[in-house]
Amino acid sequence: MSTLELDVRGEAGPPRGAARAAPRGYRHFADPAFRVITLVCGLTVAIAMFTLAGVLVLNSWTAIKELGLSFLTTVAWSPSSGSYGALAALAGTVMTTMVAMVIALPLALVIALLLTELVPPRVARVLGTAVEMLAAIPSIIFGMWGLFVLVPFMQERVAPWVTGSWLGELPLLRPGPTFQGGGFSILTAGLVLAVMILPFITAFSRDVLLMVPRVTKEAGYGMGSTTWEVLRKISLRYALSGIVGATFIGLGRALGETMAVAYLVGGDFLTVPRSLLDPGTTVASLIALQFNEATTKLDISALIYMGLILFAITMVFQVLAQIWLRRARRTTGGRA
Amino acid sequence: MAEARAAHHGGTGMSASSPASPPSGRPGPPLAPSDLAALRPRSHARRKTVDALIKVSAWVAASFGIAVMLLIVFEVVRRGIGAIDWAFFTELPPVVGEEGGGLGNAILGTLVITFVAALIALPVGFLGGVWLAEFGRNGRIATGVRMVANVNMGIPSIVVGVFVFAALVKPLQHYSGMAGSIALAFIMLPVMARTTEDILNLVPNELRESGLAMGVPRWRVTLGVVIRAARSGLITGAVLATVRVAGETAPLLLTALSSPYWLNGLFGPEGFFGGPTANLTKTVYDFSGMPYSRMQELAWGGALLIIVAVLGLNVLMRLIFQRGKEW
Repeated sequence: MSTLELDVRGEAGPPRGAARAAPRGYRHFADPAFRVITLVCGLTVAIAMFTLAGVLVLNSWTAIKELGLSFLTTVAWSPSSGSYGALAALAGTVMTTMVAMVIALPLALVIALLLTELVPPRVARVLGTAVEMLAAIPSIIFGMWGLFVLVPFMQERVAPWVTGSWLGELPLLRPGPTFQGGGFSILTAGLVLAVMILPFITAFSRDVLLMVPRVTKEAGYGMGSTTWEVLRKISLRYALSGIVGATFIGLGRALGETMAVAYLVGGDFLTVPRSLLDPGTTVASLIALQFNEATTKLDISALIYMGLILFAITMVFQVLAQIWLRRARRTTGGRA
Repeated sequence: MAEARAAHHGGTGMSASSPASPPSGRPGPPLAPSDLAALRPRSHARRKTVDALIKVSAWVAASFGIAVMLLIVFEVVRRGIGAIDWAFFTELPPVVGEEGGGLGNAILGTLVITFVAALIALPVGFLGGVWLAEFGRNGRIATGVRMVANVNMGIPSIVVGVFVFAALVKPLQHYSGMAGSIALAFIMLPVMARTTEDILNLVPNELRESGLAMGVPRWRVTLGVVIRAARSGLITGAVLATVRVAGETAPLLLTALSSPYWLNGLFGPEGFFGGPTANLTKTVYDFSGMPYSRMQELAWGGALLIIVAVLGLNVLMRLIFQRGKEW
């Protein structure tokens, strides 16, 4: 009896008798109340998103009625004549995102391999921290760095080299009619985007690869497989759905990134870029660059319509990402 | 992991040359011709070369990522360090084309906007996370909320800016620091909720059970035992969520805008609720595009301040609360 009491006091838990001292009604009330308060907060998180969707639809209604779905297939942005279209921005978004994904995905996968298989855990922790630090740098810093360092480099070195060699004859690299030297271009924005989404895809892929049961991999090594063979034939198959999820997460980030792209993409919102070296615009950067100049009701409504489209696109990819990541969690029984 | 590697280095010699034969013992599904084709011997040297190439490329990729980060940090420090002096923190920006001045108003504005955002989002996000981890768990509502929160974290921040613009700025007819805070709070909310949930899930169930077994009500077990046990992780999560939004630019573009003046009171045209409020990120964005060397210098100084704050707090949190990763 006495030892039990001593034990209870020794713990850092709540002081004994505190609950007993409270009046009876309060005791019955407190637990459900706490539950309800936390539930309301939990639901707030969900309700917030539906509010966002509702407000966007409501406020873009003027533009939706006026411009309809042909908004998506029109190239125009002229407040004076009231004609608006999202096609150039959509094309630019797809192009910058593609450049970013093509570069970032393979890099992220091999870095994730490095972190999970090739280096000892302590080194992996240091490298992992570095990757997370890269993810923590705000996008405006990437944008400024791109503007002052990468744009001149692309303009003076890379673009002349590409246009001067056989590379400049390839379909996506041949300068189009709006070519402006290649400094501010889809390619520059895509390169910076690649660096920005690299840590996200790496971190998610690493987590997924870590969920592959060790025994399965060891069975592969035991059969005499090389590290690459184990990765390709065991880990990647096991983790495939998770990697797909990680890819969609990165894709969603690249689609919605605003500041860095606004700095670098050139802001040409009246042409569908023919070449990666041409300037262009993206949905997000068009909103950022045009918003403070919008004056008429239709003008603002059209920009909010753009926001709604961007929201819908990223939503699709985020939901896909969640579905695939959940599938990965289920097949491996771990948490990702 | 290390043992497995050692084993495979020792064992590669025999596997390549051994003839293809279906595994004996337990009856498995019959082997298709394509399976047998996959078992034909391959060149040992080629497999080794491919493996080495992949390993080298992994190192190259990792070094590339780290090199780019160092390059960016180096560039920001090199160009920004000259702008940092006492006036940088205490004075208003100079008139365009003039020398001197600082980003005092923008620094103050960012601190206030971020603080108010944290004040709104951290408690709600925290309690929401508590509900997910302690009450909702794997129920249908909780699964839905979790899914929405995860998706929410991927909404582009510019879209959040557009939303707050449409919901607040447009009806009220003016930009304001408060609108900026609400946009940032919106971004923080799901991050805080999911972080809290993840951290509380790491607390062993025995702690909850022993509390409940002693007749302590559920809410006291949660607040006094579970959350106390997860304290360090929760603080880290809260700080990192706050730091993350402090560096946001896109949502502020459409909400807080920017101002050349000090934040002055609450409701006047220079007040927090009443008018555009200066903030660091938008000011850096504006100044970096100006063709005046002093403005660009201030922009780099601002960038340096942002990067030092973000990376510094990240490192600091890791150092202080490394203990929190024990379970």
